Amino acid sequence: MNTQSNTMAESFETQKTAPATISATRTFYWSVRRELWENRSIYLAPLGVGGVFLFGFLLSLVRLPGKMRGLSALDPVQQHKSIVSHYELAGGLMMITTLLVAVFYCLDALHGERRDRSILFWKSLPVSDLITVLAKASIPLFILPVITSVIGAALHLIMLLLSSAVLLGSGMSAAALWTRLPWFQMSLLLLYHILTAHALWPAPVYGWLLLVSGWARRAAVLWAVLPVVAIAGVEGIAFRTSHFAHMVGGRMIGVGAPSNAHTPDDIFPTNPMTHVTPGMFLGSPGMLIGFTVFAAFLAVAIRLRRYEGPI
Amino acid sequence: MPCIEARSLRKAFGTTVALDGVDLRVEEGRILGLIGPNGAGKTTALNAILGLTPFQGELRVLGRNPWTERDQLMRDVCFIADVAVLPRWIRVSQLLDYVAGVHPRFDRAKAEGFLAKTTIRRTSKVRELSKGMVTQLHLALVMSIDARLLVLDEPTLGLDILFRKQFYDSLLNDYFDRSRTIVVTTHQVEEVQHVLTDVMFIDRGRIVFSCSMDDFESRYLEVAVRPEQLAAARALKPINERQGIGRSVLLFDSVDRGQLAPLGEVRTPSIADLFVAVIGNQSGQVSGAAR
Repeated sequence: MNTQSNTMAESFETQKTAPATISATRTFYWSVRRELWENRSIYLAPLGVGGVFLFGFLLSLVRLPGKMRGLSALDPVQQHKSIVSHYELAGGLMMITTLLVAVFYCLDALHGERRDRSILFWKSLPVSDLITVLAKASIPLFILPVITSVIGAALHLIMLLLSSAVLLGSGMSAAALWTRLPWFQMSLLLLYHILTAHALWPAPVYGWLLLVSGWARRAAVLWAVLPVVAIAGVEGIAFRTSHFAHMVGGRMIGVGAPSNAHTPDDIFPTNPMTHVTPGMFLGSPGMLIGFTVFAAFLAVAIRLRRYEGPI
Repeated sequence: MPCIEARSLRKAFGTTVALDGVDLRVEEGRILGLIGPNGAGKTTALNAILGLTPFQGELRVLGRNPWTERDQLMRDVCFIADVAVLPRWIRVSQLLDYVAGVHPRFDRAKAEGFLAKTTIRRTSKVRELSKGMVTQLHLALVMSIDARLLVLDEPTLGLDILFRKQFYDSLLNDYFDRSRTIVVTTHQVEEVQHVLTDVMFIDRGRIVFSCSMDDFESRYLEVAVRPEQLAAARALKPINERQGIGRSVLLFDSVDRGQLAPLGEVRTPSIADLFVAVIGNQSGQVSGAAR
């Protein structure tokens, strides 16, 4: 008993000399880690989607040698489309996954901790509401897009390697694949596209969902959707237009984001020509308005986190 | 500097007044029991102290305003708000990582030491633990934080008697060191009586009684009066009278022990009996005397 209290006294001593503050960066880092522990769908969902897609792709490999042999009969545009289509589909699936995971994450982010009363535990620690909400907002804005892009890039690489193996196995050259599908460039473009068109462009939507999840006592989905439906309905009756619905929908699926694409076919990330520079993207009026709205929603969400207790 | 100081603390939810001008002063190194019936304002008072709810009036905890400085305050304050507020999805190891990551005064080795005395495994999720184990886990975390104020709101609710006893024993033996302050609310008054240094009764949003346990023991006496002595005993103005087995039990405030001894068996009352006398009577007599 004595030795125990001695060691305890010593540990008090060492603690007293330790710095009594922890940097905001470190608090933020651990707050993000906790989001990833709690919401494993952030990485499990894209992994699952990627796995299922890969299985389908494996089955399609049977037809690959035949497809490549018939390629010379097609014109160059058709050739290109035939080769890249599967890769664009894989990228597209990652974009849809990003959107779905982000929406469901945001709706639960500030609601779940109030529902299970664990907010009382989180608030018993020296972590401000500002850092907590910023950490939660960083998931759809940065963490999730990076995760889905990395999984998308890995998916592309596995597809390329498998295709090459099949082609080499049937005595053909895989060179055409690697020149048409420059993997490294494609991966960077996928990351850039998901970060801009599917994270920053829809930021006001994510901000709104975070706000609702911090406010609603139940049925957060309903409260998130109802005002949008109401505004769209009023607009439709009063002006016979649907600008609001198009705007919200466009924000969600990345339509209307600054790009050089002229047709929907162009927007896939394997086409480097569709993308605008970060400066042009961030400086565009649409993005500036989006950021302002997002910041306003987030400020309300931070305030709600401070006032609202368990439900 | 007092650990907690409140002056005319008020809080209303709509038309319901939860705190109706509470004046409170808790010095460092005390173990205060805040006792009150359901809906008396205990939890609201604690929430105000912990920066979980805005309030009117003046309130300083360790020199800070809890509502505007919650995150800084929580470096020096710990609380167990209730059983089962630990997130159910988290693993024990993750919980230790997280608290070590964000809390400057958390001693991980100490927490591991406390956990080693339990059957809690690092790989378990909180949802897989029993209610008693969750409390043990939370207590291990809190006791490993070098805080100056620990707030416990019904910390042992729903636990069996062994866990409850163990809870307060650990708190006294392994945590309390006379420089820390503990505020505890509970309905199981008998279990904390020997733990407390001070006791306060709260009713309808007001502090109706406040006393140190030393004063409590010297001031209040309870006598199981023999029936033939009842009239003589009543003449000494007991503050409460209840029926025991075959005898009336009378509670006296500041009456000399020598005067009471001839009337029957004299003993120190339980906090619960005084609580019933004070809150049950609502005569204002005792609260007036206590101020």
